[in-house]
Amino acid sequence: MSRLARAVLLTLLVIWPFAAQAQKDSVTIGQTLEPPTLDPTTGAAQAIREVTYLNIYEGLLRIDRDGKLQPLLAESWTVSPDNLTYTFHLRRGVKFHDGSDLDAGDVKFTFERAMAPDSTNAQKWIFAPIARIETPDRYTVAITLKEPTGNFLYGLAWGDAVIFAPETVADNRTKPIGTGPYRFERWVRGDRVELVRNDAYWAQIPAISRATFRFISDPQAQVAAIRSGDVDALSNLAAQEAADQLKGDANLKVVVGNTEGETILAINNAKPPFNDVRVRRALAHAIDRKAVIEGAVSGYGTPIGTHFSPNHPAYVDLIGTYPYDPARARKLLAEAGHPNGFSTTLRLPPPPYARRSGEIIAAQLAQVGIKVSIEPIEFAQWLEQVFRNKNYDLTIIAHTEPLDIGIYARDDYYFQYRNPAFKTLMEKIGTTVDEAERNRLYGEAQRMLTADSVNVFLFQLPKIGVWNVNLTGMWENWPLPANPIAELSWKR
Amino acid sequence: MAAWSRRSRLDPMLALLARRVIGFVLTLLAAAAVVFVVMEVLPGDPAAVMLGVQATPETLAALRAEFGLDRPAPVRFATWIIDLLRGDLGISYTYRVPVAGLIAERLAITVPLALLSIALSTAIALPLGILAAARQDRPADAGIMVFSQIGVAVPNFWFALLLVLLFSVTLGWLPSGGFPGWQSGIGAALAALALPAISLALPQAAILARVTRSAVLDALGEDYVRTARAKGLTRAATLRRHVLRNALIPVVTIMGLQFSFLLAGAIIIENVFYLPGLGRLVFQAIAQRDLIVVRDVVLLLAAMVIFINFVVDVLYALIDPRLRDWRT
Amino acid sequence: MKTPAVSVVVRHPALAAGAAITLLLAMVALVSLVWTPHPYTDMNIAMRLQPPSARHWLGTDQFGRDILSMLMAGSRNSFAVGFVAVGIGLGIGVALGTTAAVRGGIVDDAVMRLADFTFAFPAVLSAIMITAWLGPGAVNAIIAIGIFNIPVFARLSRGSALQVLSRDFILAARAAGKGMARITLEHVLPNIAGILVVQATIQFALAILAEAGLAYLGLGTQPPNPSWGRMLNEAQTFMHRSPWLAIFPGAAIALAVFGFNLLGDGLRDLIDPRLRRARS
Repeated sequence: MSRLARAVLLTLLVIWPFAAQAQKDSVTIGQTLEPPTLDPTTGAAQAIREVTYLNIYEGLLRIDRDGKLQPLLAESWTVSPDNLTYTFHLRRGVKFHDGSDLDAGDVKFTFERAMAPDSTNAQKWIFAPIARIETPDRYTVAITLKEPTGNFLYGLAWGDAVIFAPETVADNRTKPIGTGPYRFERWVRGDRVELVRNDAYWAQIPAISRATFRFISDPQAQVAAIRSGDVDALSNLAAQEAADQLKGDANLKVVVGNTEGETILAINNAKPPFNDVRVRRALAHAIDRKAVIEGAVSGYGTPIGTHFSPNHPAYVDLIGTYPYDPARARKLLAEAGHPNGFSTTLRLPPPPYARRSGEIIAAQLAQVGIKVSIEPIEFAQWLEQVFRNKNYDLTIIAHTEPLDIGIYARDDYYFQYRNPAFKTLMEKIGTTVDEAERNRLYGEAQRMLTADSVNVFLFQLPKIGVWNVNLTGMWENWPLPANPIAELSWKR
Repeated sequence: MAAWSRRSRLDPMLALLARRVIGFVLTLLAAAAVVFVVMEVLPGDPAAVMLGVQATPETLAALRAEFGLDRPAPVRFATWIIDLLRGDLGISYTYRVPVAGLIAERLAITVPLALLSIALSTAIALPLGILAAARQDRPADAGIMVFSQIGVAVPNFWFALLLVLLFSVTLGWLPSGGFPGWQSGIGAALAALALPAISLALPQAAILARVTRSAVLDALGEDYVRTARAKGLTRAATLRRHVLRNALIPVVTIMGLQFSFLLAGAIIIENVFYLPGLGRLVFQAIAQRDLIVVRDVVLLLAAMVIFINFVVDVLYALIDPRLRDWRT
Repeated sequence: MKTPAVSVVVRHPALAAGAAITLLLAMVALVSLVWTPHPYTDMNIAMRLQPPSARHWLGTDQFGRDILSMLMAGSRNSFAVGFVAVGIGLGIGVALGTTAAVRGGIVDDAVMRLADFTFAFPAVLSAIMITAWLGPGAVNAIIAIGIFNIPVFARLSRGSALQVLSRDFILAARAAGKGMARITLEHVLPNIAGILVVQATIQFALAILAEAGLAYLGLGTQPPNPSWGRMLNEAQTFMHRSPWLAIFPGAAIALAVFGFNLLGDGLRDLIDPRLRRARS
C-alpha cells in the first residue's frame, strides 16, 4: 500500500470510527509452534511451512485448499510422450523480494542444490528421479527424469521445492527472500514473525496488507488470545479439548478439518507373533476406534480404515472391515495359537495423541488377553529405536506426509511389511501418469493394506481451526500445512 | 574477627586461595567432560530429529557433516573447549544461529523472572523470619512456621496450576502462559511473568523464612549479643544493631544459591507457563538433540554454581578460620 | 498420669501431626494393594471427566478412571520412590562420608570435591538428562533422584562424624587399641544415626516432590501405574472444564511432603540437643 493510500485510510478511520471494523486489512494468526528457521530446506519442521509456504516462497506448482495441483511460477508445462521430459514455461515478470527477476537459472540452481550430495533437503526423494535440468531459454526449464514418475509434479508443489535465488539463499534461515505475495519484515524470536504485502507481486495484489504469525504453545493462552481478539485466527489448536470452550462464542467459528496425518498403531510385521495376519487382524478387532478418538483427541478425529487421507479423491472407506469385536479378536488369537493372549510392548513418542491413544489401546488389548507394557520414549529415541533399528513390537504415530502410501513398498521400512504384490502395484502407480487410472490403483493398494491388516489404522489427525466469523479464506483442511494469507479477506 | 584472621594468616590464606582457584578450574573442566560424555551417550541422531522420517541416509550424513558430527569425539571435545575459551559458543543445530545469542535472548526472560521471584520471596520471608525469631515459641512464630511448612510442601508447579485456574481461567486477569516479548511493553511482559514469579517465590519464601529465623536465633545466642543486652540495649535495638547484620551472612548465601538454582530450577515452571526462558530452551534442546545448546547451557549453569560455591568457600574461610581445616 | 505417647503429642505437636499424616498415607498405600473404590486402571470413555459424585467421590479423568482410586494407588508410587531414592543416598552417601571423615587427607578431599561437583549440576536438569539417556520411567527417575541424595548424606555424615571423632572418648578408644573401622561402627555410626534419620525423613519428602516434578514433565512413573505428578500433567489442558483433575493430585503431593517434613522437624527437635537448648 502506498503511503498516500495509508494516509487516506488513516483519515477515514478517524472520520468514521464505526467503519473501522470493516476497514481492517491486517491479520494475526496464532500457531502452536515457532519455526526453528525460515528456510524450508534446513529441516522437516512443519512450522516453517505454516509460515512461509505460498506467503514468502513459491514453487513451480502449488497445492490448493482441496489438495489439487495448480500452476504457480510455471504458467504451463508439457510432458513428453515417454513421460520422461517435463518442460515448464515460467511466468514472466516475476520478481524476488530483493528486486531481481526470476528466471530458468534460478529453478535450475534450486533443484540442483536440492539434489547435491551435501543437500539437507528433508524431502530429497522429490528430486531423486531427476536425471538432468536444461534451460533452453530464460523462461523455459526442461527436466529429464531417469524413469517415468507419476508423483513428480505433486512433489514439486511441496514447500520443499520452492524456488530460491542463488544470491540470497544463504540468508533464508533468518531473512527469507522468495517470490511470494508477502515479504518478510521481522522476527521477534519467541513471539512472532511479521510479513508485509509485496506490492510488486506478479499476480493480483491480495487484500490483506500485513500478516503476523504469533507463536502460542499454551492451549489455554491460545483460547484467551482468540477470545480477546489478540489473534484473528488459530490455524490449528494446540489441544483439541480446548475447542469445547470456544464453540459457544458467537464471534468465532470453530472448524474441524483434516490433516494428512494418518494416526496408526504400527505393527512390526516381521516379529512374531505379529508376522501372523490373524494376530494383526485380532488387534484390529480388539480396538474400539471410537473410544480411542474420544479419549485421545476429544472425539475430533475422522476414523480411517486404511493408510490414506479421506481428503484425497482416491480414498476408499474401509472402516467396516474390522469392526470392534473383542470376541472375534479372541477367536482369531486362539486360531493363531494364542488362546491366552501374549505379552508385548508399545513404544509411544511424546505427542499427546500418541500417549493417550496408547493408554486406551493398552487397556483395550488387555480385554482380549494381550498384556501390553507401555514404554514412552522421546522422538529422537523413536527415530533411532523404532524407525531406524526396527526394534519394537507396537508403536503409535501419525504419518503426516501427504500421499505416503508408498512407504509400505519399502522393504526396510519399520513396518517390515514386505509384500511383493504391493511393491509391483506401487511401481505401476509410479509410472502411471493418467490420473483416473492412478486413483483406481491407489484404491487397490488401500484394499491390500487393509486385507493384510499391516497396521491398525486409527484416525486422521484433526486440524481444528478457530477464527473470527468475519475472516474468510482460511484453509479448513490441510492437504499440506499452509496458511496462505493472500486468500484471506475481511467481510465488508 | 575477620580482620584478625586475615592479618595473622596471610600466607596460608593465599595458599588456600590458590588451591581453591585450581580446584575451581579443574572442577569446571571435569564438568565440561561429564556434560560432553553424557551428550555423547544420549541415544538419537540430531540430524534425524531435524529431517524427520522421509530423509535419506545421504541427507542425514550431509547434515551430520554440516554439524561437524562426522569428526571423532575427542576432536569435537577439544574444538568445543577451545572455541569456548575464545568466547565462541557454537551454532545451534535446531535454530542455526549462534548459541550465545540464543542464550542471551532466553536470559532476558529467565533472569528477570529469577530476580522477580527472589525479590518477592525476600520481601515475604525476611520480615516473617525476623518476626518469628523475635516472637520465638509464641503464636506468631508457630503460625509462620506452619506457613513455612506448607510453603515447602506445596509443589511449585501445582501452585502454578492453581494460580492459572484462579487468575487466568476463572478471573481472566493474567495470561496463563507465553511471553509477548519486552518490546510489547513492560506492563504486558510483567503480567506474563507475574504468575510464574509468584509460583517460584512461594517455596523459596518458605525456606528463606526458616533460614532467617534460625540465623537470627543463632545470632541472638552469641556472646556479644548477651553482652549488648547486659549493657542495657533493648531487645529491638539489639536485633537491629547486632543481630541482623550477622544473620545476613547465611541468608545471603542461601539467596545466592537460590539464584543459580532458579535459572535451571525454573525448568518446570517455564514449562507450566510455556515461557521461552533458559530452562525451556535446554529442556527442548535435549528433546531435539540440539546437543551443542545443552552442553553450553549445562556448563554455564554448572560454572555459576561452582563459582558461587567457590566464593562462599573463600568468604567462609576468611571469616572463620575454624572452617578451614579441622585437623590443624 | 500421662502416658508417654500423650506427653509426646503435647510437647511435640509437629512430630505428632507429622507421624499421624505419614501413618495415614502409609495405611492408604497398604489398603490400595487390596482395595480401591474402583479398579484404578479401569477406563470408561463414556464416563470421562465426570465431576465428583456419590459414585466417583473425586470425579473421573479423561479416560473415565476413578480419581480417588488412582490417588490411593499413586501413594504406593510415592512411598516406593521415597524409600529407594533415600536408600540409595543413605547407603552410598554415609559410606563415602564416614570414610572421608575417618581417613581424611586425599580421600576426604576427593569425596568432598565429588560432592561439590554433583551439586554443581542443577538437579532437575541432570535428572532430565539421565532419563533422556536411560529412558523415562519410575526406576530411572528414582536412580536420578537417588544420585542427588548421595552428596547430601555424604556431606552430612562427614560433618557429623568429624564432630564425633573430635570427642575424648574416641581418643580413649584409640588408646585402647581399637581400629578405625571398629571405631566407626561402634562409636561414629551410632552417634550420627539420629541426625541421619532426621535428614532421611526430609530427603524422603524432597524425593516425593522431585518425582512429582519429573512425572509432571512426563519423565517419571509411566502408565498404567498412577503417579500424582503425571496426573497433574494430564490435568492441565482439561483444567478449564474439570478443575478437580488439577486440585486433588496436587493436594495429595502437598499433604505427603508436609507430613514427612513435619515428622523430620519433629524428630530433629526430639534428638538434636543444640536446638533443644535453643528452645529452652
